[in-house]
Amino acid sequence: MNNDPQSIITMAWNDPQWGNNGRGGGGPPDLDELWKRFNQKLNAMLGGKGRSGGGDGSGGGGFSGFRIPGGAGLLIALAILIWLASGFYIVDAGQRGVVLRFGKYVETTMSGPRWHIPYPIESVEVVNVDRVRTVEIGYRNNVKAKVLSESLMLTDDENIIDLLFSVQYTIKNPVDYLFMNRDPDEAVRQTAESAMREVVGKSKMDFVLYEGRAEVADRAAKLMQKILDRYKTGVSISKLNMQNAQPPEQVQAAFDDAVKAGQDRERLKNEGQAYANNVIPRAKGMAARLHEEAMGYQQQVVADAQGEASRFSQILVQYNKAPQVTRERMYQDAMQQVLTNTTKVLVDDKQGSNLLYLPLDKLMQAAGAAAPAQSASTAAPQSTQRGSTQSDPLRNRDALRSRDREARP
Amino acid sequence: MKPINTLIIVLVLVLVVLSQSFYTVDQREAALVFQLGEIVHVETKPGLYFKIPMVQNVRFFDTRVLTLDSEDPERFITSEKKNVLVDYFVKWRIVDVRTFYVSFSGDEKRAMNRLAQTVNDGMRAEFGKRTVHDVVSGERDQIMRQLRASADADARRYGVQVLDVRIKRVELPTEVSESVYRRMEAERKQVANELRSTGAAEEEQIKADADRQRAVIIANAYKEAQTLKGEGDAKAAAIYAAAYGKNPEFYAFYRSMEAYRASFKSKQDLMVLQPSSDFFRYMKSPRGSGK
Repeated sequence: MNNDPQSIITMAWNDPQWGNNGRGGGGPPDLDELWKRFNQKLNAMLGGKGRSGGGDGSGGGGFSGFRIPGGAGLLIALAILIWLASGFYIVDAGQRGVVLRFGKYVETTMSGPRWHIPYPIESVEVVNVDRVRTVEIGYRNNVKAKVLSESLMLTDDENIIDLLFSVQYTIKNPVDYLFMNRDPDEAVRQTAESAMREVVGKSKMDFVLYEGRAEVADRAAKLMQKILDRYKTGVSISKLNMQNAQPPEQVQAAFDDAVKAGQDRERLKNEGQAYANNVIPRAKGMAARLHEEAMGYQQQVVADAQGEASRFSQILVQYNKAPQVTRERMYQDAMQQVLTNTTKVLVDDKQGSNLLYLPLDKLMQAAGAAAPAQSASTAAPQSTQRGSTQSDPLRNRDALRSRDREARP
Repeated sequence: MKPINTLIIVLVLVLVVLSQSFYTVDQREAALVFQLGEIVHVETKPGLYFKIPMVQNVRFFDTRVLTLDSEDPERFITSEKKNVLVDYFVKWRIVDVRTFYVSFSGDEKRAMNRLAQTVNDGMRAEFGKRTVHDVVSGERDQIMRQLRASADADARRYGVQVLDVRIKRVELPTEVSESVYRRMEAERKQVANELRSTGAAEEEQIKADADRQRAVIIANAYKEAQTLKGEGDAKAAAIYAAAYGKNPEFYAFYRSMEAYRASFKSKQDLMVLQPSSDFFRYMKSPRGSGK
C-alpha cells in the first residue's frame, strides 16, 4: 500500500501539465484543475480502500458530493494518514533518489526504503546509476543493420572508412544527470559521434583499420569524457567498443586483394626458399662426391704408382742378376702375346713379287679366318697372361688350323 | 448541512486563491513574473515563491543545456573550391531569461534558428579559409573553438550562452565519394602489385642466391678435387721416377714391351710382318743365324 500513493503522486508530478517539457505559452499552472484531479484520485483511493476493507461501516461517500458523512473526523484523519504514507518510496540497489523540495534539490538518498514530505512539498526522482547504458553508433541493435550515414568517416589521408562502435556508460552524478541537460542520453550519442570522427579524422586509415584500433577507441573515449564533463551531464564512459572497422563495401574487394597479395608475397618467398633448400644441399652432396672421387683418384693413382714401381723394382733386381736372359725372355713373352692376339700377315719379300695383292679389308672382316698360303704362325701358346681367357678358344682353334697347314707342305 | 457546504466552498476558494498566489521554480527552470504583461521579476533560484494572484502571472524557462542539432548536413565550400557536407550540434543554454524573452518572446525554436544562422555563417567563413584536409583533421579543433567563441559572443546579446559547437560529420558529396573510392581502390591495387612484385623479386633473389651458392660450392669442390688429383699425380710421378730412375735403359725396354702388349691386343689389329725380323730368326734356321 505504501507504494501506490507514491506512484500516483509521482505520476501527477510527471504529468505533461506539471512537468517542464510540455509547458507552452499558457501562463500559470491551472491549480483548479490540479486540485480537482487530486481530489478524484484521493476519492478513488478511498473508495478502493473502503471496498477492500469490507464491513468498515464508513461507507464510500468521499468528497465528490461535498457531503460530510458520519465520522468525518475519522475520514479526515485517514486522509492525512494516507497523505503522509504517500511520502514513502523505495530506492533499489544501484539507484539513487533525488529529492526536490518545491522544485529545489535538497538531497540524494541511497538505496533502501525512504520517506519524503509528501506532495506538493517534496517530490523524488529515482535514477538508476549502476545500470550500464549503451549507445550504438553506425548500427542499431545488430551489426548488420547499418546506418551508413553514421558509420562512414573521413580519415586524415582523405580515405573513407566504415566504423561501427558502441559506447557503454553509467551515471556518476545523478543530480547533474537530471538537472543539467535536457536530454543527456542524446548528448552521449552526439558526443560519441563527434569525438570518434575527430579522432579518426586525425588518424591515417591504416592506423584506424589495423594497428591503432585500440588506441583510437581509447582516445575517443577520453575525448568523450572530457566533452561530457564540460556539459555536466553526470555521465561516466565505462567502455568504448569498436565493433567493426573496415573499408567501405565499395572497395572491400580491393582491400581483400591487397591482403591476398601479402599472402602471395609470403608464398613466393617460401617457394624461393624451397628451391634454395632443394638446390643447396644437393650441391653440397655433389661437392662431397667430387671430393671423395678426387680422394679416390689420388689414392688410386698413388697406389698404382707404388704397385708398378714395386713390380718394376723387383723385376729390375732379377734383371740385374741375368740381364741378357731376362731381356730376351721378356721380349719373347711380349711378342708372343702381341702376335697371338692380332691378325698377322707374313710376307717374305725375297721370295714374292713386288706386286702383292693383299685384300686388307677382307682380311680384317674374316678376322684371321682366311690367310694367304704362305702365312704361318708360331707355335700354340701356353698363355699365362691376364685377360686372355676370353679369347682362348678362338686362339686355340687358330693355332690348330695353322698347325694343320704347317703339316701339309 | 448548509453551513458545512458553505464552509467547504469557502475552504476551496481559499485554496484556489492560495494556489494562485504561490508558484514553484524547479531546479531545471527559471521563471519570469509578469504583471499585466510587464516583466517585474526574474526568479532563477529554485523554490517556492509568492505572487499576487490574478494580477501577476509566471512563465518558466528551461535553463538546462539544450541541443541544436542540424538536421541535414549543410554544404560548405573550402578554400580549394571543394564542397563538403557538414553537420554539427550546438550546446546552448538560457542564461539571461529576461533578454531571452525579449528577443524571442520565449520561443526556443526562434532562438535555435538564430543560433543556426550564426553558426552557419561562422562555419562558411572558417571553411572558406581552409582546405578539406585542414577541416577534417588538422584544424578541426581550432575551427570548433573559434565557432564557439564567435557564436557565444553573438548569443550573449540575446541571453544565451553557447557551451560548445561541435562538428559531427564532415563528408564529401556522393559524386566525390565515388572518386575517393576509385582512388582508394587504385591505392590498394598499387599496394597489392607492389607486394606481389616484391614477392616475386625476393623469390628470384633467393633462387639466384641458391644457384650462386650451388655454383660456388661445386666450383670449390672441383678445385679441391683437382688439387687432390694433382697431388696424387705428383706423388705417383715421384714414385715412378724414383723406381724407374734406377735403370732408365731397362725401363725403356720394359715399358716398350708393356706398350706393345697394350696396343696390339685385338684381332682387328692387322700386322704385316717380314720373316726377316728378329722375332722370326729361328723360323729360318734352328741356330738363329738369321739372314
